[in-house]
Amino acid sequence: MKRYLPFVIVSAVALITLAGGTMLYHAKGLPLLTISKNHPVSGTDGAGSIHIRGKPEAPVTLEEFGDFECPPCGRLSEPINKLEQDYHSRLRIIFHHFPFATHQHAREAALAAEAAGLQGRFWEMHDVLYREQSTWSKAADARPLFNAYAGMLGLKIDRFKKDMESDEVEKRVNADQQEGAAVGVTVTPTIFINNRALPPPSLNEAGLRAAIETAIKAKSPP
Amino acid sequence: MESRNRIILYTIAALISLTGLAEATYLSVLSLTGETAVCGGSASCFQVLGSVYAKIAGIPIAAFGILAYFSAFGFATFAAFGYARVRKFFGLTVWTMFAVTLWLLFVQAFILHAFCRYCLFSAALVFVLSAVVVLTPSSR
Repeated sequence: MKRYLPFVIVSAVALITLAGGTMLYHAKGLPLLTISKNHPVSGTDGAGSIHIRGKPEAPVTLEEFGDFECPPCGRLSEPINKLEQDYHSRLRIIFHHFPFATHQHAREAALAAEAAGLQGRFWEMHDVLYREQSTWSKAADARPLFNAYAGMLGLKIDRFKKDMESDEVEKRVNADQQEGAAVGVTVTPTIFINNRALPPPSLNEAGLRAAIETAIKAKSPP
Repeated sequence: MESRNRIILYTIAALISLTGLAEATYLSVLSLTGETAVCGGSASCFQVLGSVYAKIAGIPIAAFGILAYFSAFGFATFAAFGYARVRKFFGLTVWTMFAVTLWLLFVQAFILHAFCRYCLFSAALVFVLSAVVVLTPSSR
């Protein structure tokens, strides 16, 4: 019996690993998130503000909950911009802040974007923050860099600095974060295409493009 | 007495391999569900697990970890039960894991400048396994 015992043990461990891995895979499958259809997509939403790029009547809405310091969000920024150009009038982009406390400057970056937004340059700052992510995210103090980006975008620096400290931008970021939590966002980037969340493996240009095509087909008359 | 020590050391090695197997399975599942492609936990972990070094030909490196830890577990178990022939395979597996661990630590320290706690835990397990190989009488 002792002779066969190691075979039994090793086989049992193989089976347990396989079963455990399968169960974990099913348990880890992220829940299908959806946003209510009466979700407001106008310019403002109470304390928060909604940042929309593209035509308001576009049939497909790509809504991102993002963190400017999150590397996968940064990697996805350029493909999203490319998709916006490719689909032009058929796609609109909405961005919501969801900064993580584990990212040292993420919240400050969100405040910087909102402060830029108060001077009508939200998307420009959004693009700069993602493009320069690898620089400011490593800085001990990111403020001077944010101020430099604001100057580069032609913002009034004194007002930008003051706005970054204001309750108004704080409330806007908080409102976005609360909204994300309310719809079940726990990771970034979380992307909704016409109110349905995409699974993480689809968070690349090809996956987004496929989801947009599907959404366009679903909206097209038969 | 020497035989008893050997059994104890191989049993310890099997238990350590089992721990590594559980961790590698967890990380492989994370990679397959795409969770390492998003941010939601430690920034450093996502930097490491989401990097190009975390996959070989599209296969998560943790999946190779499953194979390695399972092999180490199997060989250690058989060795503990007195199968002398498998000892050299156990040693070979562990030294291969040791070399890969050194490379992964180098990548984290000098290329990515970020350390993943899961990877450090796995590195610690591999170092203990290597110590077992060194300490086991037959391996000398």
